[in-house]
Amino acid sequence: MSEDDDRSPSPNSITDDSSQTRTYTTGSGPGPGPGSSSVLEYLAPCPDQVLENVLENVLWFLTSRKDRNAASLVCRSWYRVEALTRSDLFIGNCYAVSPKRATSRFTRIRSVTLKGRPRFADFNLMPPNWGAHLAPWVSAMALTYPWLEKVHLKRMSVTDDDLALLAESFSGFKELVLVCCDGFGTSGLAIVASRCRQLKVLDLIESEVSDDDVDWISYFPDTGTCLESLIFDCVECPIDFDALERLVANSPSLKKLRLNRHVSMGQLHRLMVQAPRLTHLGTGSFSPSEDVAQEHLKPIISNCHKLQIFWVLDSICDEGLQAVAATCKELRELRVFPFEAREDIEGPVSEVGLQAVSEGCRKLQSILYFCQRMTNAAVVAMSKNCPDLVVFRLCIMGRHRPDHVTGEPMDEGFGAIVMNCKKLTRLAVSGLLTDRAFAYIGKYGKIVRTLSVAFAGDSDMGLKYVLEGCPRLQKLEIRDSPFGDAALLSGLHHYYNMRFLWMSACNLSNQGCQQIAQALPRLVVEVIKHEDNLDMDENVDTLYMYRSLEGPRDDVPRFVSIL
Amino acid sequence: MEGFSKNVEACPRLLDLIPKERELLGDREDERSSSEEKKLELRLGLPGEDWPLKNTRERDMNLNLTLLGQVAPPFLTFPSSTTPPTATAPQQSLPVMAKESSQPCCNKAVVELQQCAEKKAFSPPAPANTAVPNSSQKRTAPGPVVGWPPIRSFRKNLASSSGSYSKPTVESLNKPVETCKKGLFVKINMEGVPIGRKVDLKAYDSYEKLSSAVDELFRGLLAAQIDSSSNGIMNKQEEGKAITGVLDGSGEYTLVYEDNEGDRMLVGDVPWHMFVSTVKRLRVLKSSEVSALSRGSIKQEKVPGNYVNKLR
Repeated sequence: MSEDDDRSPSPNSITDDSSQTRTYTTGSGPGPGPGSSSVLEYLAPCPDQVLENVLENVLWFLTSRKDRNAASLVCRSWYRVEALTRSDLFIGNCYAVSPKRATSRFTRIRSVTLKGRPRFADFNLMPPNWGAHLAPWVSAMALTYPWLEKVHLKRMSVTDDDLALLAESFSGFKELVLVCCDGFGTSGLAIVASRCRQLKVLDLIESEVSDDDVDWISYFPDTGTCLESLIFDCVECPIDFDALERLVANSPSLKKLRLNRHVSMGQLHRLMVQAPRLTHLGTGSFSPSEDVAQEHLKPIISNCHKLQIFWVLDSICDEGLQAVAATCKELRELRVFPFEAREDIEGPVSEVGLQAVSEGCRKLQSILYFCQRMTNAAVVAMSKNCPDLVVFRLCIMGRHRPDHVTGEPMDEGFGAIVMNCKKLTRLAVSGLLTDRAFAYIGKYGKIVRTLSVAFAGDSDMGLKYVLEGCPRLQKLEIRDSPFGDAALLSGLHHYYNMRFLWMSACNLSNQGCQQIAQALPRLVVEVIKHEDNLDMDENVDTLYMYRSLEGPRDDVPRFVSIL
Repeated sequence: MEGFSKNVEACPRLLDLIPKERELLGDREDERSSSEEKKLELRLGLPGEDWPLKNTRERDMNLNLTLLGQVAPPFLTFPSSTTPPTATAPQQSLPVMAKESSQPCCNKAVVELQQCAEKKAFSPPAPANTAVPNSSQKRTAPGPVVGWPPIRSFRKNLASSSGSYSKPTVESLNKPVETCKKGLFVKINMEGVPIGRKVDLKAYDSYEKLSSAVDELFRGLLAAQIDSSSNGIMNKQEEGKAITGVLDGSGEYTLVYEDNEGDRMLVGDVPWHMFVSTVKRLRVLKSSEVSALSRGSIKQEKVPGNYVNKLR
């Protein structure tokens, strides 16, 4: 689901980014809706028609959306044909384009990916019911995409009714992936399970699923399923194990299974016996009583020479990470999550673990590392040892913490990352950072697409450096940093190239945001207020702005005002 | 930081607590036992409090009012770094955030004073927004900050400690009743329809209104259900027939509820306000099944198995 996994950088392409809407905003395409050309005519093959037929046959093979966007800009004919041959629709911001516009242009879609809320909404920085409703999309698609097979959603609000409509409208429906979604419950799952007879993939990842007292697992057909992947570790409700066992037995194609914590080890064993073809097995949420002790983990790890992706809790400690570094030479992705996400404890992992990983896992491409203390030296080491890094996300949990050995800010460490990691596209910074860190990012982070900033910077200059220096920047999320209107205004030249900008608890005023809204009419500038502070005052709690073809959305809750 | 520690242990005056600049960046101290930390922990916000960040900020301001001065480390150049916090803190709301973060040691110093037996030089930042130039101090008063560290709720509940900032889920586990600020939401399920709904009982003031709400909620769904079980195609035009007579047993369905003692009761027998105060969950059952019920303790039934077959 993460766009960092899609590595197809094309620095020479006309369009900077991969969002659908980019092709609209350049204005070079014709108006919406290839109404007349939705049916290809084979009757009178005049030269133009022949060309279009040939083009169509060729364009079918084009899969990269960047390439497709570029192709659609060539001329009207290419625009039309590209629209007819596109089968995967990716919409990075569900409010950037309306369902009607999207479904009018692309009429033969088999797979839809929709993203809704901004990422900081996951951390309670946005009141509930902000938006990102699936309903208008599923209604539109029900009418225009009868052959829809896949729906991938991230941070959308999905109701049981939406799921019911989905299940009923698409007879060949195969894949449903819901990441960080909410609004639905086991009722909706039951409907999908029972109606989608071709279902191969049902992946619920980090979503909130309400318990409606429906035993949804038992709604899968008894006669057998096509299931290849079933992931439901985030579903907190207990399930009927017998039904699950029957389901696994009836699903000969099942390869990926991730269960929730209501399945015990013994039950898990029974399932594994039933499904020898499993390639991915998840044992559900971590349960403190079933602690995997250090001593047990080390010997296991020391056998995992081929391990490429490793997500682990920090209870593995620096020592455990050293074991990983010693063994997992093929490691591509590492995520170290905090067992206790607090700022006031010592923390079991530190710069020692990071240094070790940098020395041992030279092929590392993506790292997410939560810790309590860090040094510039370790970060610099990683920047030099791991040149393939594409994603570097370091979260020093204590706010404004400097290098704990030298007392210096973490500027040099992050500076080294942007300087040395030439493939870096996603960066999350933390710790004590001055404007200097941002100067480095602006100077060296030329292909950075996603930047996440919290409790950092000294002045407007910090943000200015980034907005002026990073031409590929698409997603910028900032919280609790001293950037004000002047800094915001310095990005006017760039905002149309971005998917969104989020700034919360910074120094913005309504006036500044208003100026942006006036200067850039195609930008939707949302000012989000705390629910108990609905009076208009000059200070902006949260600014969330994004380009859109549709103007202000019509489902705005009362705590949002669109300037 | 030895020198500073001594100062603290003697419970010095406030000014003494504010060290020279370099001391802020001095050697990291060894960690102290966490039990000691917990004893000295000063929490300024409610655990689990998330959205009302503003309130947290106000508390910060109160905390800052007792300070007399502050020191900014040389590399931090906040605009207000030289002004005493008392002058600026109470006035603004948002700008205070930045200004407070320019006071690296002030809040910590105040917290020090309150704890009075500090071994480490600095305590952790007061809630929400102080700059903490040092990393090694014992964190004694973390105060919850909304959404920090950035971990999603379901990953946060791993440790048994109280530091859980998961947002109160609207659909809590197995909790049929949530009292939001403005409503009393109760789950309602209808026999034969897998999709459950929720009703806000505060929106109605009589059984009649509740009854028509039930009709509104379920008419379409029920029609779809019956439709699909017969011919598998959802006929969107069909409205379905109205669901009536749920209160008096005259209709095909009857409304029942489960009260706070777990008993299943017929809806409509007690005065409305009494009903609202005891109802935990609503169900719309086939009248034929309900006639078998009597008031009093009836075992709770799960969705009967026969309607599982209806969907196949």
